[in-house]
Amino acid sequence: MALPQIETRYLFFTGKGGVGKTSLSCATGLALAEAGKRVLIVSTDPASNLDEVLGVPLGRAPTAVPDAPGLCALNIDPEAAAHAYRERMVAPYRGILPAAAIQSMEEQFSGACTVEIAAFDEFSKLLGDPTATADFDHVIFDTAPTGHTLRLLTLPSAWGEFISSSTGGASCLGPLAGLEKQKSLYAATVARLSSPAETTVILVSRPEAASLREAERTRGELAELGIHNQILAVNGLFAVAQSEDAIATAMSRRAAEALAQMPVALAGLSRCTIPFLPKGTVGLDALRLMAHPETAAPPPSEGMPSIPLPPGLAGLVDEMACTGHGVVMTMGKGGVGKTVVAAAIAVALAERGGKVVLSTTDPAAHVAATLDGAIPGLSVTRIDPRREVADYTAEVLAKAGKSLDSGALAMLEEDLRSPCTEEIAVFRAFARTVDEGKDGFVVLDTAPTGHTILLLDAAEAYHREVMRTQGDMPESVRQLLPRLRDPAYTHVLIVTLPEATPVHEAERLQGDLARAGIKPYAWVINQALLASGTTDPLLSQRGRYEVPFIRRVDDELAGRCALIPWLAEAPVGKAGLAQLIR
Amino acid sequence: MKKLEVFDPAMCCSTGVCGVDVDPVLAQFAADLKWVEAHGVSVSRYNLGQEPQAFAANPSVVKEMEAGIDRLPVVVVDGHIVSTGMYPTREQLVQKLGIALTTEEKPRVRISAAGGCCDPKSGCC
Repeated sequence: MALPQIETRYLFFTGKGGVGKTSLSCATGLALAEAGKRVLIVSTDPASNLDEVLGVPLGRAPTAVPDAPGLCALNIDPEAAAHAYRERMVAPYRGILPAAAIQSMEEQFSGACTVEIAAFDEFSKLLGDPTATADFDHVIFDTAPTGHTLRLLTLPSAWGEFISSSTGGASCLGPLAGLEKQKSLYAATVARLSSPAETTVILVSRPEAASLREAERTRGELAELGIHNQILAVNGLFAVAQSEDAIATAMSRRAAEALAQMPVALAGLSRCTIPFLPKGTVGLDALRLMAHPETAAPPPSEGMPSIPLPPGLAGLVDEMACTGHGVVMTMGKGGVGKTVVAAAIAVALAERGGKVVLSTTDPAAHVAATLDGAIPGLSVTRIDPRREVADYTAEVLAKAGKSLDSGALAMLEEDLRSPCTEEIAVFRAFARTVDEGKDGFVVLDTAPTGHTILLLDAAEAYHREVMRTQGDMPESVRQLLPRLRDPAYTHVLIVTLPEATPVHEAERLQGDLARAGIKPYAWVINQALLASGTTDPLLSQRGRYEVPFIRRVDDELAGRCALIPWLAEAPVGKAGLAQLIR
Repeated sequence: MKKLEVFDPAMCCSTGVCGVDVDPVLAQFAADLKWVEAHGVSVSRYNLGQEPQAFAANPSVVKEMEAGIDRLPVVVVDGHIVSTGMYPTREQLVQKLGIALTTEEKPRVRISAAGGCCDPKSGCC
């Protein structure tokens, strides 16, 4: 069976961007509707393409999907919700408070936490109140609230008096004033989520090691919160028994290895597997194929289309090598290959005579580990987010914890588990590393988001004027922002894959950076099957699907663009990485 | 009853956890406010990001912000601005609020004779 078997009224699909949550939600919803159920699909993903997948414009109220009796869908953009909330808060004060005050208020409502809580607020309206969805047998959400949000809401202290008291603490709840009114609704939402009779959570993963690791992390987090009714959906499994095509063989082998080595607890879940579908999942016909992949027409044998492709990375590397020093950052969502691209650039810069430090946050770090000491001029350092967070947490608790009572301390500890904290902690390590690049190159596979950079901007002014006696801000941090904004010092490379969601997310990243006054040097499209040289009919069909995404990046989004083909040989070690620089 | 009002800059959180560095001053100040409250002072704290109406309703605070957003935080005692651009220490709060200390609290602070407002740039705060 390709799609998950569903017994419960509520379904949540969760997983990182690009794993196929929306497609699977829609395919599952369509299958249920075609079995005679009345189904509502809800997206609260800011990067949602639910409209596109179902082929109907959607809004905040349920809309019937044409040609799919029983199927309705609605689309809530939590960023729009957060934005609407921000406008309600800020607009009345335009012209009353000074422009600088308005600007700093706006920035407060642009953080990840505001969007996260706004999304949960929208969930709650549908999940906490059964009358809101009384017309439906099943309600399917194509995203799930994060463990952080759920933990925060189950903390009794979050609902205590000190949401508004001077001790403060509830940083992530703070932006939504009047939250106390929602208490019973939120409590009902959390209870419904953890009831196995009512809710199934589907962990969506690609058959790749990193994606499965992420699924395992989510599994553990949800289990800790008492949410045990979980299914693993492996999406896009490419399996060929035997092939003369090097790319097809490699892809098939890598997927099999990743699945064989998946964490034990994850392997213990009931599982469904959706095969590799070359044509994407837009439209009802494509969604029906997900439910019945055996009915797919055999791929045409016309081969890869021949279109002009962006050049390889070599030109960009040559240009960067000329400057002799500075910072190179690869940015993008998880799973797009930031580490590999960073490592390849580091090796290439070292080979061109540069003194290079490669700094990685890759948890496996084997890409980087194989290089340390192997190439003259190249050294490798590692930023371990877990250790950075632990250090930062210990530091905060030591400095701030002792003056707080137990309720405030619990809240502070939860704040420290928020996504912001990891970002801040990694940021500090990042600032340290960037400073090392004054005399040579520093290549980093991680970078702070636009929001953090803007916080830094505010903090810098704040520290300069006010906190000079504290002397807490190191010189490396003070120098960081001007350096990041200096195109002669810093080269930002946005890494993406030639697929719908990764391109969309990369576009949002570019917007975020623009807010912080940083312009990317170039975009890198990674793992393009179109350029891989495969002649496998199924993979060629996939290559054709990549064309519009490559065109969009190259023609519209990127100032400059480089493309890396899908490689049969894993890009590990000096020779493996050299394949990336063409 | 003395009334203390604090007009904070727009902050993610009043613990300062979300800043780029741990700010022990913020956590200490929060604790100091609790302590001040326990000594019979009415304390109100406003975050520009969350309670802008309190700022807009106070012309002297708006005036400070017009002079520069870095004038925040503004600390007001009974309607008079007593400091800008910094968080006063517990000792300074004691002084500005005229809090009478018990004997065991006393060794921790030096009470100066001068009271009331001071210029933030003078360094007296």
